[in-house]
Amino acid sequence: MCRLFCVTSDEPQSPMLALRALDVMREGHDGSGVGLFLTDLTGPFAELKDKPILSGIFTKDGLRRLNDFMNALGFWPLYRLVITTDKEPPPGTPKRDFYLIQVYEYPDGWENLDQEEKEFRLMMTRLQLRWMGEEKEDIIVFSFWPDVIMIKEVGDPLLVGEYLRLDRKELQARVIMAQGRQNTNYAINLYACHPFFIQGIATMTNGENTAFVPIREFLLSRGFPGYTGYQSDSEVFTHILHYALKKLGLKLEYYKHLITPLTDEEIKRHPNRELLRRLKLACRPLTIDGPNCVIGCLPDKTVFMVQDRKKLRPGVVGGRPGFYVLCSEMCGLDFAVPDRDKSQDFQPMHLDTVIVYPDRREVRRCSQMEPLPPLH
Amino acid sequence: MLPDGTLTPSSLGLKDLRWLIYWDKDKCALCGRCTAVCPVKAIELGVHRQRVVFSPLLDAPAKEASSGLYRVYYGIRQRTEPAHACIGCGMCAQVCPNGAILPYRNDEEDKLRFHFNQGGQPRRRGGRRNDPAPGTLDRIKFVRISMLTDPALDALRHEFELRTLLGRILPPEEELRLYREEGWTPPVREIYPLMIGGMSLGALSPTMWEGLMMGVAYLNEELGLPVRICTGEGGCPPRLLRSRFIKYVILQIASGYFGWDEIVRAIPEMKEDPCAIEIKYGQGAKPGDGGLLLWHKVNELIAAIRGVPPRVSLPSPPTHQTLYSIEESVAKMIQSLAMAWGFRVPVYPKISGTSTALAVLNNLTRNPYAAALCIDGEDGATGAAYEVSLNHMGHPIASNIRDCYLNLVKLGKQNEIPLIAAGGIGKHGNLAANAAALFMLGASAVQIGRYILQAAAGCLGSESDRCNVCNVGICPKGITSQDPRLYRRLDPEKVAERVVDVFLSFDMELKKIVAALGRSTSLPIGMSDALGIDDYHAAERLQIKYVV
Repeated sequence: MCRLFCVTSDEPQSPMLALRALDVMREGHDGSGVGLFLTDLTGPFAELKDKPILSGIFTKDGLRRLNDFMNALGFWPLYRLVITTDKEPPPGTPKRDFYLIQVYEYPDGWENLDQEEKEFRLMMTRLQLRWMGEEKEDIIVFSFWPDVIMIKEVGDPLLVGEYLRLDRKELQARVIMAQGRQNTNYAINLYACHPFFIQGIATMTNGENTAFVPIREFLLSRGFPGYTGYQSDSEVFTHILHYALKKLGLKLEYYKHLITPLTDEEIKRHPNRELLRRLKLACRPLTIDGPNCVIGCLPDKTVFMVQDRKKLRPGVVGGRPGFYVLCSEMCGLDFAVPDRDKSQDFQPMHLDTVIVYPDRREVRRCSQMEPLPPLH
Repeated sequence: MLPDGTLTPSSLGLKDLRWLIYWDKDKCALCGRCTAVCPVKAIELGVHRQRVVFSPLLDAPAKEASSGLYRVYYGIRQRTEPAHACIGCGMCAQVCPNGAILPYRNDEEDKLRFHFNQGGQPRRRGGRRNDPAPGTLDRIKFVRISMLTDPALDALRHEFELRTLLGRILPPEEELRLYREEGWTPPVREIYPLMIGGMSLGALSPTMWEGLMMGVAYLNEELGLPVRICTGEGGCPPRLLRSRFIKYVILQIASGYFGWDEIVRAIPEMKEDPCAIEIKYGQGAKPGDGGLLLWHKVNELIAAIRGVPPRVSLPSPPTHQTLYSIEESVAKMIQSLAMAWGFRVPVYPKISGTSTALAVLNNLTRNPYAAALCIDGEDGATGAAYEVSLNHMGHPIASNIRDCYLNLVKLGKQNEIPLIAAGGIGKHGNLAANAAALFMLGASAVQIGRYILQAAAGCLGSESDRCNVCNVGICPKGITSQDPRLYRRLDPEKVAERVVDVFLSFDMELKKIVAALGRSTSLPIGMSDALGIDDYHAAERLQIKYVV
C-alpha cells in the first residue's frame, strides 16, 4: 500500500521533509518509487509565479526535440533548473540524462486568451510532449502549469531524493505532496506514479480502485483530451475531481458525493436530498469502490483528504495553524509535527472530507450529511 | 402399434421415442394414479396376457399339456403415436406410491422428431431452446479477486448497494442544468437488478401469477428488496391495477395489445404509477415473431381480462401494425405511452437478441423518452413457439449485450440507457454467476422467466426436451394451465415463499461474488476487467481476459 504525505505550511519546506516522512513510514511501502508535487513555490519560481513550469525527464535527444517543439509554439525559456548527477543511481533507479524544471514565457497572443482556453492549451502542450516522448521514449513529462513542479522516479524515495539533491533551496514549497511506491497492479511506469496531475489539480491515493474500468470508460467517453493515461487505477480520482470542479462547476464538498454517494436512506434525511439524489443517478459511473484514501490539492492550494465508503485505508490529519500535515500514517505525522496538539489529530471516516484552506488556519471537517454549499 | 395393425409411415415403436417408460409389474399396486396424471396420456391401462409354462420335474403335480394355459395380468402400456408420446415429465413417478414407474431418456436419437408435424403443422412447443451444452455465460469466470492489495469484503457483514436504475439517466451536466432551471427530467426508478420477466396471466395459471405477485409484494414490503415483475402481454387484473402494488409491476404492451383497454380505463383510478411500461417488439425465443396464446388456454377469465372471446387462439403480430419504422416505434409508441402517465413512468422497448439490436439502441440514444432497452437472447423461453424458432433463431445474449454496452461507451452514454439482459440466465442453475457476468459485460439488470418457474413452482422442463407442453395448457404442475383441475395443484402461498427464497439466496450469492471482487458501493456494471473465459475467441469477442 502506498504511503502518502502532504504538508501545507506558511513557511516554505524542503521536499526532503516529505521524503524523510515517507522513510519513517517505510514499513508500509516497498521503496519501489516516489512522486513529488510541489506548489506555492519560492525563490526564482515564485518570481515567475504566473508562468508555466515544465517538469519532466529527458534524454539528450529528447531535450533537443523539446526545445524545437517549444520554440515552434513560441514558448521562450525564462528560467531553467536542470538536475544532473554523476553519482551512481540508487538500486533500481535508472540513469537519466536530465531532470528538467523549466519556466517558460507564454507565446505572443496568449495574454488575450480567456482563462479556460489558456488552461486547455497548456494541457494540450503537455499531452503533445507526452505523446512525442512515448513515440521515441526520450521525453517523460509530468506537468506544465504555473507554480507547479513534479518529480517522479523509480527507486527508494529517500535515496532518490538524496541522489537528486532535492534539498536545494529552489525546490522549497509551501504545499508538498509525496507518495512512496510504484504501481502494483499494472506495469512499472513513471506515469503510473502518484500524484497525478491535470490543470492545477493533483491527487494521490493509497489503495486500489476496484471500479477502475467503468470509471475509466466513463471519463474516456467524455471527449476531453486530458482524460487519458490511466497507467494506474488511481489516476481516475484526479480526473473525477477535475470533472467535478471544472466540468460540473461543483465545489470540493461535492467531490465525495460523486465518488462515494450516500445510501438512499441517508439521502432521504439530507437537507439537499433532491440534488443529491440526482447527482447520484447521473454520476453513478463515477462511484469508486475503494479501498482508498485520497489526498489532493486544488489550483487555489487548498488541500484535502477523503476516504472511501468502507473506510478501509488509513489517513490522519494534524498540525498547528500555519503548518498542517495530511498523512497516511500516524508515524509520518509524528515525524513531521512532533510538537502538535495530538488531541486535535483527526482521522477522517467514511463520510468525512477534511479540508485545509490556503490560509492554513484550521482543519475543516465536513461530513457528507451536512448541508452543501449552493451551486453557483 | 399392435403387430397385426397397419404399418404407416409414422408408425413408431418404443425404440423410436424420446422418452420411455420403465414400469415394474411387481411393484405396481394398480392404483391408476400414473395414467390419471399423465398430461399427454402417454400411458394407458393395459391388459397383458402371458403364457404359463410348467416344468414336469419342478412343478408337481405335473400337468400334461401346459401349452394352452395363459395368465392375464393388468398394468400400463406406453403409447407410441406422436400425439401421445411420453414427454418425460415424470409426473407418473411423482404420484406412484411404490416407485414402480419412471420415464427415462432413450439412448439413441429419437425418430419422433421427424413426426412431430402431424397434419402438416410444424412442431410448436413451450419451454426454452433445448440445448444442454454449457453456454458462454456458464464458462465465464471471475478472475480479478481482491486479496491483498485490496482486501476482499465480507458478504455477511458489509453494507452492499446492489440496486440498479431503470429510466433515462441524463448526463451529469444536463442533470445539473435542469436542476438549476427546475426543468423536467425523465423518471428513474431504483430497483433490484434481478427482475421477473414478462409472463402473462394467460400464459401462466392464476395460481402461479398470484404466487409470483405475492412473493414480489413480500420482497418489497417486508424485506425492502425492490424487486419488479413484468406482466407480459395480456393485461393485468383490474384489482391489481387499482392497488398500491401496481408500483412493483411493469406493464407490458405487445403488438396484440391484449388487456390494454382495461389498463387504459384504469389509469384515472390508479393509486400509484406502475414501475414502468415495457413495449415488446420481440422475444428471445422467437425473434421476429409475435406472441401466441393457444386457444386451449383462453378460458372465460383470460378472455375477460384480455377483452376477447373465449377459446380462440390469440396470436400477436410480429410488428406493431400501425408502426412501420424504427422512428415510428421509438418516437410515437414510447412518447405516447409516456404521455399517458404524464411522463412520470419510464417506458422502454424489449427486443430480441439479434444483430439489429445495435441499430435499435443507437436510435434510442437520441430519444429523450426512451428509458432503457431490454434485450432477450436466444435462450429465452416462451409459452408457444415454433420449434425451428426456438432452437435456431436469435443471438446469444452475452455478445449482444457486450456489443451494445461498448457501443454506448463509444457514444459516452453508458450510464444513460440501462440495458436489461434476458434469455437463458440461470439456464443451468447458475443464476447469480450468470447475472453477475452479464452485469460486468454491461447489463444494468437481468430478467428471468423460466428460472423462476423452475425454482418457485417446480416446473419440470429441462434442456433435453422434457415436458415443454406449456403452450397447450396441460402443464402437469399447474403452472401454465388454465384448467382448474390442474392449477389447483399449485398453492400460491408456497410459490410466494419460494419466490422469496430465490431472491434472498440470489442476493447472498451475488454479494459473495461482488464482495470477493471488492465491490460493494455500486453494482459492478461494465467491470469487465474481472472476467475471464477459457476460449480465446470468446475472450477476444467479449473483450475480456483469456484464461486457461
